[in-house]
Amino acid sequence: MKKLLIILLLAVVGYFLTVSMSNIKFGANRMGDSSQPKTVGAFYLSKTPGELSVANVITAIVVNYRGFDTLGEVSVLFLAATGLGSILYKKKKKGEHLPTVKKPSSALLQAGSKLIFPAILVLGAYVFIHGHLTPGGGFQGGAIIATGFLLMMMSYKDFTMNHSVITWVESLAGITFASIGLIGLVVDHSFLENFLPIGRINDLISGGIIPLIYVAVGFKVAAELSGVLDTLLSIKEK
Amino acid sequence: MLFYTIVLIILAIILLGVAIYAVVQKDLLYAVIATGVISLILSVFFFILQAPDVALTEAAIGIALTTIIFIITIRNTSRMEDEMPLDHEPNSESDNKIETK
Repeated sequence: MKKLLIILLLAVVGYFLTVSMSNIKFGANRMGDSSQPKTVGAFYLSKTPGELSVANVITAIVVNYRGFDTLGEVSVLFLAATGLGSILYKKKKKGEHLPTVKKPSSALLQAGSKLIFPAILVLGAYVFIHGHLTPGGGFQGGAIIATGFLLMMMSYKDFTMNHSVITWVESLAGITFASIGLIGLVVDHSFLENFLPIGRINDLISGGIIPLIYVAVGFKVAAELSGVLDTLLSIKEK
Repeated sequence: MLFYTIVLIILAIILLGVAIYAVVQKDLLYAVIATGVISLILSVFFFILQAPDVALTEAAIGIALTTIIFIITIRNTSRMEDEMPLDHEPNSESDNKIETK
């Protein structure tokens, strides 16, 4: 009886899935052409170069057309990092050394990471500064910078992040993001509306508010992820 | 075009193999390294399929950060997968043996 019920349920679910999927024309061109866009994707592709003069359309969608979603994502990451820190982070008293699980690494790893660390930072900064020109953006650049700090934390025993600096950086970056949105609300009656000149396509300073927001997001993500890693690496061994 | 198809098929086979290895492996450290390899292959996939933004994210977060967080967690808990039933009371001697292994 139970098996019959399960089979019946699966059949009903399968029927409705098949019906809804059979209406989708897989492989067909449903975008229309650039003069008459039929879907929202084609609309973005045709409008972005003229409206915002941004070469990387994904950036324009993520930061400008769907900027409010990005603000939500950034606050989710902020909440996750804050929650983890509040559970795991223990404030050091003056002169006290918390026993850490870190062990000294080899001289080869130390020399190599000292050599490669500035290059990783520069790469991360490049990725988020050029977010509107080349693939990448704030999240990717911030994550790359966090891996650089991770390398230093793992190879040097005494390398710790200053948590008050991390908190200040991520708070200031978040305030920058929100206040750019609020300025857009004041100037153009819409949150995160572009209020700066859009410039020429493929220039470094172009795309209005997009580079500013991506620099802020990059700093924020880098600070949050490095803070999370530092908190995790300094857990007391049980 | 044919070259990319062949590369994609080979990568997909490797991806499946590594994913099955990660599931059946009892040593959690090896399983975590296998998930890192999955992320590596996936980021190559994203790059070939013309999604470089996603490929960058997958490379930075999937390969480096997630793997490291899992490894830190494994170091603070036990390394081998526990085959005992959930209501089994942990024996302190056998637990120590597992950790020092």
